[in-house]
Order: sequence, then structure tokens, then C-alpha cells
Amino acid sequence: MSHDTAHALHPPTTTGLDNRKLAIWTFIGSEVMFFSALIGTYLVYKGKSVVGPFPHEEWTSPTGEHFEHIFEIPLVTFGTAVLLFSSFFVVLALAGAQRGNRKMLIGWLSATVVAGLFFVGMQVYEFSHFMDKGLGYTTNLFGSTFYTLTGFHGAHVTVGLIWLGTLLILALRGKIPPEKALNLELAALYWHFVDVVWIVIFPVVYLMK
Amino acid sequence: MTDSALAHEHAHPGVKAYILVAVVLFVLTALEVIAFEIVDEGAPAVLAAALAPVIVAVLLVLSAAKFALVAMFYMHLKQDGALFSGLLVFPIVVAVTLIVMLVVLFSYMLSLF
Repeated sequence: MSHDTAHALHPPTTTGLDNRKLAIWTFIGSEVMFFSALIGTYLVYKGKSVVGPFPHEEWTSPTGEHFEHIFEIPLVTFGTAVLLFSSFFVVLALAGAQRGNRKMLIGWLSATVVAGLFFVGMQVYEFSHFMDKGLGYTTNLFGSTFYTLTGFHGAHVTVGLIWLGTLLILALRGKIPPEKALNLELAALYWHFVDVVWIVIFPVVYLMK
Repeated sequence: MTDSALAHEHAHPGVKAYILVAVVLFVLTALEVIAFEIVDEGAPAVLAAALAPVIVAVLLVLSAAKFALVAMFYMHLKQDGALFSGLLVFPIVVAVTLIVMLVVLFSYMLSLF
């Protein structure tokens, strides 16, 4: 498709910007507000739990039941690194799509999906591990705010995985030519947003006592 | 490659820039965890004593730096239209204000009891 043909199919917008890109950025702006409500709630209730288990300290209940601290920092650090690298992988996939390099597109997009799957797997393991340690959703304020915040983030990662997985199938069928690279760019913007939300959650939830 | 695709690619950073950003992100994440571990373990004692009062600020600065790097280079805000930057920055300003006000308000309310 030539540049002129593309213009004939998509008349210029009033902003001069692609409407789909404007839409995804507007959506990301609304998502910033959504996660700020969850992070704000977590911070407001931080350290206000009257019963354990607690994130960083051990706790013994009045009945003598002992609870270990909840967080496993090395595991989450590894998961964080994998999510960060998935952002790197998806920009390389996008560069491949824009250059018409199918091998680069499919390879790096596959790596992104694998990294995302690892992150979701890490979160599922973490949640089940925390449940085993006695932290349920209604156990204390920490449990409620922690599961709500990280659970919604995990749900966003899962949606991103479905989106990228669908694009990977299309790429394998050769249906993402360079002129359709924007389809991947929109998904990549969402994926990067999910990544930057975790960049905030990781220190705020896991590293600040 | 179409003209529009070519122009688009020229506007975005190259693979070398992406690799450099990935390395910096990895290093910043490592610094976050190292700072946390030093304060948590209390060793080395001198460093732990120096870091402890400022650990929250250090973690926030490192986190903000990572956020900015991903937004500027991976989300292409450095090259794309200013309207896109506004659509991200304005909600962030509102969000940070909201969070700070919530925390201050709740701390004040709890101090009354």
C-alpha cells in the first residue's frame, strides 16, 4: 500500500494524529487514575493491620499460632526483571514489524508472550504461597489491599497476554505487514503501561516497609 | 516498506537505544533491591545507617527514573506528539496529588483518635 493509497483510505484527522493511537493514550490516562486509586488505598492502609500475617515481620497470634513474614523478595525481583525485559522484547518485535522483518517480529513477540506468561505464573505461585502462609483476602487490611492492587495488575497483564497472543497468531499467518505495524504498536503501548505500573508497585508494595 | 512505515521507523529510537535502556532499567532495579537489602540486613552498618532515613526517597527516585525511561523510549513519547505526553502526564499529576492528599488526610484523621 502506497502512502497516497493509505491517505485515501484514512482521511487526515483534525488532530493530525492517528485516532486509534489517541484512543489508546486516552485509555492509558484513565488507567493511571484507576491504579492511583488502588495504590492510594494501599498506602492509606499500609501498616494499619491489627492482626497478621504481615509483609515483612513475623507474628504470633494471641492463641500462640506463629506466622512467618509474607514477602519473598528474590522471587518478585526476578519477576520484575522478566516483566521489564518483556517491554524490551516487544519494542524489538515492533521494530521487526515496521521493517517487514517477519523473523524478528515473530521471535521477539514470542519472547514477550513467554515473559508475560512467566510473570503471571509467578503471581499465581505467589498468591497460592501467601494463602498457604495464612494470608487470605479478608484476613487483614494488608491482605485486602495487597490482593486487590496486585490482582488487578495481574488481570491487566493477562489481558495484555491475550492481546499479544492474538497478534502473534496473526504474525505467524503473515497478517502483520509493515503498514499494519500500528496494530502491534497499540498493544505494545498497553503492555508498556502494564510494565510502568509494576515499576511503581514493586518498590511501593514490596520494598517500602 | 511504505513511505509512512519508513518515516515512522526513522522517528523511533534504534535497537541500540532500546538495548541501552534495557541495561539501565536492569541496573536501576538491581540498585533498588540492593538498597532495600542493605537497610533490611543492617549491613554494612555505615551504609545502612546512611540509607535508612532516605530509603523511601531513594526508591521513589529510582522508580520514577525507570518510569520515565520506559515512557520516553519504549512508549516513544520523546518522539511522538506532545498531546500523547499530556494524556499521560496530566493524569499522573492528578494521581500523585490524590495519593499524597489521601495519605496526609488519613494520617491526620487517625492522629485524632
